[in-house]
Amino acid sequence: MRKKSFSFSLFVFVLTMIFFYTPIIILFVFSFNSSKTMNWQGFSLVWYKKLFTDSADIWRSFGNSIIVALSSSAVATFIGTLGAIGIRWYKFRSKRFIEIISYLPLVLPDIIIGVSLLIMFSLVKIKLSLFTIFLAHATFNIPYVLFIVLSRLDEFDSTILEAAKDLGASEIQTLLKVIIPISVPGIIAGFLMSMTLSLDDFVITFFVSGPGSSTLPLHIYSMIRFGVSPVINAISAVMIIGTILLAVLTRRFYKYMF
Amino acid sequence: MTVSLWRSSRMKVNYGTKYSLPMLIWLTLLFIVPSAIIIMFSFMEKNQYGGVNPVFSLQAFKDLMNSAYFKILLNTIYIAVMSTIFTLLLALPSAYYMARSKYKSFLMLLIIIPFWTNFLIRVYAWIAVLGNNGFINQFLLKTGLIKDYIGMLYNNNAVILVMVYTYLPYAILPLYAIIEKFDFSLLEAARDLGASKSQSVFRILIPNIKSGIITSLLFTFIPAFGNYAIPQIIGDKNTNMLGTVIARELTTGRNWPLASAISMLLTLVTVIGVLVFTSKQKNIKKVI
Repeated sequence: MRKKSFSFSLFVFVLTMIFFYTPIIILFVFSFNSSKTMNWQGFSLVWYKKLFTDSADIWRSFGNSIIVALSSSAVATFIGTLGAIGIRWYKFRSKRFIEIISYLPLVLPDIIIGVSLLIMFSLVKIKLSLFTIFLAHATFNIPYVLFIVLSRLDEFDSTILEAAKDLGASEIQTLLKVIIPISVPGIIAGFLMSMTLSLDDFVITFFVSGPGSSTLPLHIYSMIRFGVSPVINAISAVMIIGTILLAVLTRRFYKYMF
Repeated sequence: MTVSLWRSSRMKVNYGTKYSLPMLIWLTLLFIVPSAIIIMFSFMEKNQYGGVNPVFSLQAFKDLMNSAYFKILLNTIYIAVMSTIFTLLLALPSAYYMARSKYKSFLMLLIIIPFWTNFLIRVYAWIAVLGNNGFINQFLLKTGLIKDYIGMLYNNNAVILVMVYTYLPYAILPLYAIIEKFDFSLLEAARDLGASKSQSVFRILIPNIKSGIITSLLFTFIPAFGNYAIPQIIGDKNTNMLGTVIARELTTGRNWPLASAISMLLTLVTVIGVLVFTSKQKNIKKVI
């Protein structure tokens, strides 16, 4: 009886895995197809060759994505970590308000954040560029960092702070020698999450990007919309491999991220 | 004594504000202010060159009552509800299996990989499989099973399929997190006391993991309801959703008040969802 129900969940899990991986594997296999179509004509590395030697615009977009991801993640990690420390260990009047306004961007549909930022930027006449993309990405990353660092800080209680103060540590010393060191796994997890979210974002970036500030997802979008070149299969395969490597290498931080 | 207590608590007040101040300023300038602008714009008159005239008007909300938009609203609800149902049907048993497995960390990795794979790549993968020149059509044409392409994309079902594909990892992760903490000996105790298998699941397991189910529900329904990219890429004019209408009114439609009003509607749905969620669950720290 018990065994039977267990195999039902196994059945659904296997179904889910087939659902997840079939399209990814087909895409991966066809990146080695010599033909332009999804009709197998033989093994070839021609699309990879094109990607690595003859796709300057793709690499420029990739470079933009990296610049935005690194800068927005660094700023979001700094601001979000401080915010988490303030919320977790201190009582102050606007605390509940801050918790709510940092929770909302997490759940609001992307398009709302994108459209509202676009309208504000156009109202105050800020030119759309990589800088506006950076501002938008830092904004949606801050709440993620906040909640990830909070979940790390929850592993400790305030007695360690009191101990530090009793032993004569000043506020700055407590911050640098106690709070920050114990937060490190959460800070790293928050930074990683920000990087992946920033590299992944399409919708918000779509609204706040200007001419010449294309990111990799925007570039992939235009490739999908305006004539599919099989080079996109090669990019997909490379990105999937990159994702697998990242997922394997960062396993020890999962518990703070998910 | 009281003086020093008072002083120390007062110091804490100041430091807490200092630590959180940069975040408060950032989110105010780049989240609250833009949201406030949208609310204001939705009550203004449209300017035919884009933007608004600073005159109070309820025209945007009157436009919203238009039957064409009402149909789009219904279609949006239909797609979001169907996506959420299919996602949860797959997510619950999958998360249960993962939580009871011996190979938890490996199974977790199998969920994280699609979770982190670039969103557009995942959408594109379905175009490569289901598109007119996609894998399935090419295969069927080659084997002679069909004479002409089968149009599998650009309809509601395709949008729902890709929504489920996109948000399934978001639904599995919170469910897994909570089922993993569940004490399974409770199920055995229920069985020992004479409960049937389904009774023990519905009366013991489900109530205990309710907060995880609500989280999964919200993390599927809200992004599906407010979706822009998926109906834009693999839908057409028959699969319009509120998100695609916002973008259209903002660009070619040049009706910023209407775009703002629809955005407000989406925000309202989200806020109500979050309020229901937070009232059920006091602790909002674990969000994903």
